[in-house]
Amino acid sequence: MAQTVTEYDTIAAISTPPGEGAISIVRLSGEGAVATAAAVFKGRDLTRVASHTINYGHILDPQSGETVDEVMVSVMRAPKTYTREDLVEINCHGGIVSTNRVLQLLVGAGARLAEPGEFTKRAFLNGRIDLTQAESVMDLIRAKTDRAMQVAVDQLDGNLNHLITALRQEILEVLAQVEVNIDYPEYDTDEMTTQLLQEKAQTVLARVDTLLQTASQGKVLRNGLATAIVGRPNVGKSSLLNHMLHEDKAIVTDVAGTTRDVLEEYVNVRGVPLKLVDTAGIRDTEDKVEKIGVERSRQAITKADLVLLVLDASQPLTAEDSALIDATAAKRRIVVLNKQDLPVQLQLPTSVPSNTVVRTSITTGAGVEALDTKIADIFNAGIENSQSTLMVTNARQIGLLRQAKVSLQAVLTGIEAGMPIDLVQIDMTAAWDKLGEITGDAAPDELITQLFSQFCLGK
Amino acid sequence: MPEVKEYEAATYDVVVVGAGHAGCEAALAAARMGQHTLLITISLEMLAFMPCNPSVGGPAKGIVVREIDALGGEMGRNIDKTYIQMRLLNTGKGPAVRALRAQADKAAYHRSMKATIEATPNLDLRQGLVERLLVEDDACVGVVAATGARYRAKSVVLTAGTSSRGKIIIGELMYSSGPNNSLPSIRLSEDLERQGFKLRRFKTGTPPRVLGRSIDFSQTEEQPGDTTPNHFSFTTPDSVYLKDQLSCWMTYTNDQTHAIIRENLDRAPMFSGVIKGVGPRYCPSIEDKVVRFADKPRHQLFLEPEGRDTDEYYVGDFSTSMPEEVQLKMLRSVAGLQNAELMRPGYAIEYDIIEPWQLTATLETKVVPNLFTAGQMNGTSGYEEAAGQGLIAGINAALRAQGKPGFTLQRSDAYIGVMIDDLVTKGTNEPYRLLTSRAEYRLILRHDNADLRLTDKGRALGLIDDARYAAFTAKRAAITAEIKRLQAVRLRPKDVNDWLAANGGAPLKDGVLASDFLKRPEVTYQALMAFAPAAAPVDRYVAEEATVQIKYAGYIDKEQQSIAKLHRLEAKKIPVNLDYAAINGLATEARQKLTKIQPETLAQASRISGVNPADVAILSVYIEQGRIAKVQA
Repeated sequence: MAQTVTEYDTIAAISTPPGEGAISIVRLSGEGAVATAAAVFKGRDLTRVASHTINYGHILDPQSGETVDEVMVSVMRAPKTYTREDLVEINCHGGIVSTNRVLQLLVGAGARLAEPGEFTKRAFLNGRIDLTQAESVMDLIRAKTDRAMQVAVDQLDGNLNHLITALRQEILEVLAQVEVNIDYPEYDTDEMTTQLLQEKAQTVLARVDTLLQTASQGKVLRNGLATAIVGRPNVGKSSLLNHMLHEDKAIVTDVAGTTRDVLEEYVNVRGVPLKLVDTAGIRDTEDKVEKIGVERSRQAITKADLVLLVLDASQPLTAEDSALIDATAAKRRIVVLNKQDLPVQLQLPTSVPSNTVVRTSITTGAGVEALDTKIADIFNAGIENSQSTLMVTNARQIGLLRQAKVSLQAVLTGIEAGMPIDLVQIDMTAAWDKLGEITGDAAPDELITQLFSQFCLGK
Repeated sequence: MPEVKEYEAATYDVVVVGAGHAGCEAALAAARMGQHTLLITISLEMLAFMPCNPSVGGPAKGIVVREIDALGGEMGRNIDKTYIQMRLLNTGKGPAVRALRAQADKAAYHRSMKATIEATPNLDLRQGLVERLLVEDDACVGVVAATGARYRAKSVVLTAGTSSRGKIIIGELMYSSGPNNSLPSIRLSEDLERQGFKLRRFKTGTPPRVLGRSIDFSQTEEQPGDTTPNHFSFTTPDSVYLKDQLSCWMTYTNDQTHAIIRENLDRAPMFSGVIKGVGPRYCPSIEDKVVRFADKPRHQLFLEPEGRDTDEYYVGDFSTSMPEEVQLKMLRSVAGLQNAELMRPGYAIEYDIIEPWQLTATLETKVVPNLFTAGQMNGTSGYEEAAGQGLIAGINAALRAQGKPGFTLQRSDAYIGVMIDDLVTKGTNEPYRLLTSRAEYRLILRHDNADLRLTDKGRALGLIDDARYAAFTAKRAAITAEIKRLQAVRLRPKDVNDWLAANGGAPLKDGVLASDFLKRPEVTYQALMAFAPAAAPVDRYVAEEATVQIKYAGYIDKEQQSIAKLHRLEAKKIPVNLDYAAINGLATEARQKLTKIQPETLAQASRISGVNPADVAILSVYIEQGRIAKVQA
């Protein structure tokens, strides 16, 4: 019997987010995971400890004998692990510098630095999770807020799977009816009318469309809603920014590989992740009292999905204010009339809808709650049936949904052009296949089985 | 009892066992490819016999007959000589699913095929019961008949059909028998098991036959044949189309029939547990239909004449293994059959099949080299499915005898390719029937283009003679020329707008190519000829083919694209004798199935049921990373 040699090298990575934290975890997976960890560990012999135990000890530099960190090491042997391989997790306590050294020592002892997502890839390759689950895990890792987390968790549970499977079943029933009329032309089953195929294509198309609408919301959930705070100097932009960033709302303060200058700051407002655009610009202009140009604001506005236009309510409307109102008119926008603690002098032009206006005094904190609510409302208004958290957030899934949509549209065009039903069916089958690719289902005999369960056939 | 002495009877290139629809095609193909061939069968009276329905063709099956014809097989020509009714089905649908069905004169079909075989050079026909294989050095080198005759051959084709340990069941009556009370083949099955084959039991059935003059046809609906000529073989001219056709007749079961069936279910072998074999879902017995689809008030039945010289009628869709007396009661409850005289009772038959995953795509067995199997023995049902496999097995047995590489058809080449790939890749849990829905590319696998798809292949195998090939190439050139002509003729609005207005089409604003005009649903080729007449009228089949290719070009292109994708997957070869147990991550079921079937390509692997896309992804990743390249012999 021929033999296959498989190569599963041992991979290692820091699995907690970069930055300072009380604990950082270094993870190892692969056949040599336990031995590699044992090579740099002083404490119990890890190669002999029971599976799924946590072991206290120290990481030593085998060259110098120097103690690098005080650690707890979890040893989990295959197959009951996330990757279905031997898995070791080292809880480091000494901060980022020593965690990095632990990782380097492990690489020195024979591990390879893991590529992004490689642990999940192994879990998939080893049959631990399916394709949609793998994608959800990747999204979970990247999830920026609780709400995004919930979407990812729902997908992991297979909610998307259930929905797509239901859509496919509907298509399948129509296809079976088309097939029965082709393979059993003399059979006395109800003649499949073109009209029924048309109606079904329309229903499924509508649902695919709804899912695709959530796709843009889903992208926002994962990447954050790009938000620009604009306004003349000294209207309170900086205070608003500080209000958002402090009060424990900042959930991501650093992105690997970026420098402070191009920092993107994320804040979480009522579960809506905002990615604040050009916060450096706000600081620069206000800190250095530079004269803000409308041009710079325009750039920020272009990049933004949501604009918070701050106006000083204690001053009459200036030409600059008017220019900014016009420049943001086409955007999703909240007009923040700040400094309500002072006598109000400003009169808004009637072109600004009153339901997009919030009155605040950021210094006293008045109205900031209302602002948060407004932000959340604007976001949620985009989500139909917002009681459901089911959204499509993954690029591959969105791509396949779009292809399914094209096929469903082709079904409708074909019917309008008077094409015979067995040709129109080609596009219906294509839609069914594309949806099947999303869930990773492709059971070639499904149609045949459906045919015989749905119809009583002879001849 | 004294033991039969074996003797060396003769040596052939190819021996074919069984002369049903598979065996006849296999033997003719091998002989026509120049191989000295023996066709040996239990009873010469059963050669090309139709033990069930007296018809050939239908959706998918009719296309298979055309494929057989384009490859130089016999079924198409033989039915064209012996039909008593011809119909083109699905004419209201697209070109992909049109198919011919003929009612056959059963006896004439048998006689005509027998005469062809007797007249074929290189081919010996003999009556005999084959009891075992001759296997030397782990390869098949011939067969031994019950008389003791040893027939040696370079390759052997088995087409034992439902004879293999056949058992007929009629109610409480059960006896060992081949189809239609012929001699069963018992010892060959036992020998196959000894050789290491995995066999299983299947079941099929046939309805009763009744006397024509006892039927009151006035209570039934007539189903006449077509007046427009059509034939299965590309070589049969329209001029010989049969004018005097016989009709079929349609009637229905009713509440009373269903009540009789329900009252007697305890006597139905299907439900009393007597029948162990797996029956076909698509050809259920009437008792099965009544039980499974209890809400249906009636089931359609067809009364089909079995031939011109007999008054026997086949009661189509009334397959049953109820006791004879119950069958009679059931029949007489049906409109038109109140006074029916039963000539032969319906019966169920159980038989052995070779689980077809033990075969390669050439239909050679993986268990015993140089042994090929075809037909019902491989788990299929239907004359056309059997004939298609017989042809491929015969061709490959001949190629093997000549020391040449095998011949296979892909899923995108032919329905025959779809069927064989399904069988050897997935196996089958019930008698396998071809359906158009089994084909991914049915718009490519049309009945009108079977010759375009396959004649070149038949020619290369030596199965298409010079005259026929010349006629084919002329037709092909004429199709290309006509398409080209229509793509060059420009129509002006003033030429066609009156016609469009009269025929409910939107008027033209600008000029348009004749080929684009033909794409309009309301425009037929005949209508187009008023505006873009050909210098000399083209042949009817050339016009039909040109029309299909132009009208449905958009959809055809879509299928061609998916075929290109399939071919890329087919190009990803999986190393032979791969140890799937050593590949981490495959699901247990996938691992078992892959080990059993040993697919040759990633595409084939993806079609195995129980092998999920995730498993294919893992395999693909391994292949791409060169990880399974490290296969040690």
